[in-house]
Amino acid sequence: MTALLETKSLTIRFGGLTAVDSFNLSINEGDLFGLIGPNGAGKTTVFNMLTGVYLPTEGTAQFDGQLINGKNPVQVARLGISRTFQNIRLFDELSVLENAMTGAHQHARLTVWESLFRLPRHYKEEARQRERAYELLAFMGLDDRAGLTAKQLPYGHRRKLEIARALATEPRLICLDEPAAGMNTGEKSELSALIRKIRDELNVTVLVIEHDMKLVMGICEKVQVLDYGETIALGTPREVQNDPKVIEAYLGGD
Amino acid sequence: MRRSLATLLVALAICAGMNLFLAQFIEEYVVQVINMVGVSIILAVSLNVINGLTGQFSLGHAGFMAIGAYVSAFFTTDLSYFNPDTAEYVTDPALVSSVWGYLGALIAGGVAAAVAGVLVGIPTLRLKGDYLAIATLGFGEIVRILITNFEKVGGANGLSGVPQFQIVLSGEGKDALALDGTFFIFSFVIICVLLSAQLQRSTFGRALIAVRENELAAEVMGIPTVRMKIFAFVYGAFFAGIAGGLFAHLLQTVTPASFTFMKSVEVVVMLVLGGLGSMTGAIVGAIVLTVLPEALRDVEQEADLPGIRMVVYSLVLILLMIFRPQGIFGQRELSLRLLRRLVPGRRISGDETPKPSEDRKGTEL
Amino acid sequence: MFLLEVTSEQIFQQALNGVSKGAVYALIAVGYTMVYGVLQLINFAHGEVYMLGAYFAYYPAKWAGYIPDEGGEKPKVPLYFIGVCILFSMAACAAIGMLIERLAYRPLRNASRLAALITAIGVSLLLQNGSQIMFGSDPKYFPRFMDRESVQLGMFDVSNTQVTIMVVAAVAMIGLHLFVQKTKPGMAMRAVSFDMRTARLMGVNVDGTIALTFAIGSIMASIGGVLIAMDQPRLTPLMGLLMGLKAFVAAVLGGIGSIPGAALGGLILGIAESVVGTWSTTYADAVAFVILILVLLVKPSGLLGKTGREKV
Ligand SMILES: Nc1ncnc2c1ncn2[C@@H]1O[C@H](COP(=O)(O)OP(=O)(O)O)[C@@H](O)[C@H]1O
Ligand SMILES: [Mg+2]
Repeated sequence: MTALLETKSLTIRFGGLTAVDSFNLSINEGDLFGLIGPNGAGKTTVFNMLTGVYLPTEGTAQFDGQLINGKNPVQVARLGISRTFQNIRLFDELSVLENAMTGAHQHARLTVWESLFRLPRHYKEEARQRERAYELLAFMGLDDRAGLTAKQLPYGHRRKLEIARALATEPRLICLDEPAAGMNTGEKSELSALIRKIRDELNVTVLVIEHDMKLVMGICEKVQVLDYGETIALGTPREVQNDPKVIEAYLGGD
Repeated sequence: MRRSLATLLVALAICAGMNLFLAQFIEEYVVQVINMVGVSIILAVSLNVINGLTGQFSLGHAGFMAIGAYVSAFFTTDLSYFNPDTAEYVTDPALVSSVWGYLGALIAGGVAAAVAGVLVGIPTLRLKGDYLAIATLGFGEIVRILITNFEKVGGANGLSGVPQFQIVLSGEGKDALALDGTFFIFSFVIICVLLSAQLQRSTFGRALIAVRENELAAEVMGIPTVRMKIFAFVYGAFFAGIAGGLFAHLLQTVTPASFTFMKSVEVVVMLVLGGLGSMTGAIVGAIVLTVLPEALRDVEQEADLPGIRMVVYSLVLILLMIFRPQGIFGQRELSLRLLRRLVPGRRISGDETPKPSEDRKGTEL
Repeated sequence: MFLLEVTSEQIFQQALNGVSKGAVYALIAVGYTMVYGVLQLINFAHGEVYMLGAYFAYYPAKWAGYIPDEGGEKPKVPLYFIGVCILFSMAACAAIGMLIERLAYRPLRNASRLAALITAIGVSLLLQNGSQIMFGSDPKYFPRFMDRESVQLGMFDVSNTQVTIMVVAAVAMIGLHLFVQKTKPGMAMRAVSFDMRTARLMGVNVDGTIALTFAIGSIMASIGGVLIAMDQPRLTPLMGLLMGLKAFVAAVLGGIGSIPGAALGGLILGIAESVVGTWSTTYADAVAFVILILVLLVKPSGLLGKTGREKV
């Protein structure tokens, strides 16, 4: 079986700084995969390279057998990779529902004329997007907030809305960048369950960056550890947890 | 579609009624100001799609307006074609004097401006914020300077003797019952406002707003941000071109001096006054800032302080930015129930969002 | 076809004229560049400060009785008096510049860039129209300080006014460069434009430094205004509009934020305009904007500016 996502020696340099160095990653369809490492290790940069935001200096990334490095974010999204952001990037002035609907935009099969002149397909598309958005908001437990503007939501809900919006793009792989950051314990355990449900019920492969060890160890089946742009460990949560290099990276890093 | 069409027809009938009423009972100067308000509304609403919805900062709207004005006026004043038999350029008076000729000229102006919109939209691939603002400003100035140097359209003196058109309903000559400038202008106001509202409340409108709110997130959600931005420029430019054509035929003359950088600023100020991103705000801003200078003109004459009008104008602008930078309405729409019922597609933001079940029943399939 | 009518000598002569024009662009451009450096604001009102610079030099001459009433005989103004005019104009412009910053821009320091930009446009309009009321919209004529004489420079003619412009502008630009590089307040200016928050933490008086930036930029613009008035004595309240836009283009061309860049951009623009002006003076006005758009498309950071990469 070939991997869903596979990177080979992915490297990016910013001036003199090698932020990610020869990064190899292999994720199979249906994985719940954790990417961890101390602050500044290069995790977000990996996401940026996978989603076409940054162009890698060297190396390749393949998604479902297709080369994706060199593709722009829109093309990557079309192929079925979606993501959230560590520093939340919602469309603040749009409503919660509308935020989720924008995720479904890329699948709209209509021209702007049809919307401008209110032809039948416009109504069909609106209904489709709304239905899908409501399903996903309900899935994330946000459906009773659909009418609020995104900026009115409390922090934890904003993180969940970003996930709902990403899911609305109908991805095969979702990349979550520190989804639990800023959440309290209760919210975190709820989020753990949701992430598992994303994989189990929606059949979306999950790649998650997270600082909270308990959360990562609790949900991920496989974990890769990054430090100063280099992979220092890969394995099951238990294996990784006891790896001396990992322990040192975390103790040394903080 | 059917509802849009019905709305449009009703609105056009109202325009016709308004036209007849104004022509009959209101003094000419006031009618002229009302017509200018109509032109301003088209300008402001179309710029709102670029600057308000999509969050691009264009300072070149006067350039698009100029292109529309000149192209349409060129066609109606100087519509000539080459006759190969006589080897001469001839003008077909029948074509020019017909209302269809006028409409064709207006649309030609809009299309020419839209083509320019593509040219200006492309730099947005690379430019943001104030850099985009000055690039578009540069575009507007280049258009003006080129026109000033173009003798075929009168150079610095511009074109004069631009004809006016009317639809005669009954009668003849001076006493004829006819639809004229007011009808044409406000018909386009209705079309522009209706289409812009329908655009805003569609998946494309949300995509435009997504570009404004967070361009990177929009891209990552698969929204083709570059294409959306160019579309916004093309759409805004088209209606600015139409507004320019209407303006030229309203004044019956066009000169490059009407399309300076200050004209672009004026339209931006209309948006900012009403609240950038709010279409109803743009309309209110257009009305206020077209009527206010006229009203201040009298004050100026009485106080015998020529120029005080513009001083007040600029002071208001500065104070507005310092004390209420979000404008009168912010990004909200002035929501009249009536307006909402007329415009198809329900609003989905705000507290009045219908519950899911209710909502699905409400969608028309 | 008409290309043939212009000889290469004429083009070089025009290029030389362009240098003196460009020197003035450079003087105004530094004001845009410095303010953009510290506040990331296009100070649209800067062109009006230049206009005021010319007017503020005109009035001392008028008060001293050197401006004849209409139709009267033109008295010759003693050369030393230009010093009085320049100093008065510099002081008044510095005050105006700081006043604009204090009243209009400081309240908006944390507001959106858009609000600040529109305010700047508002200030520009206010100064334009206020000046029309204060000074009248009919043109004023700047007094003659020196008789126009030609200086032979190799095979080219240069007027003594042009030489004066070039020399004064060069001295002012070098002085500014030394001030920014070598003095303590100059260092504070660089620190603020590098990173305002850090500068504040390191004990730099940020508000004072920003006010100083406006004062210095305005002084340079005032010098530019006086120099232009010596060459083209016709003053109108609208003279700052196009000049300001073009000087801004010079700043962008050189790389916004860079003082040597402003000098270079000003010279290139001045020369390009004059050379194109050999064929058509009206098209010369478009040169600046064509350059602007080209620069923004090809290298938005300008000739001497730095590029940055957005972190996500
Ligand atoms: N656009 C950029 N320019 C320069 N350096 C960057 C850029 N993006 C990330 N970096 C650097 O790359 C390193 C890794 O950052 P990041 O991927 O955000 O770490 P984290 O593992 O905490 O998500 C950091 O040193 C960061 O400063
Ligand atoms: Mg990170």
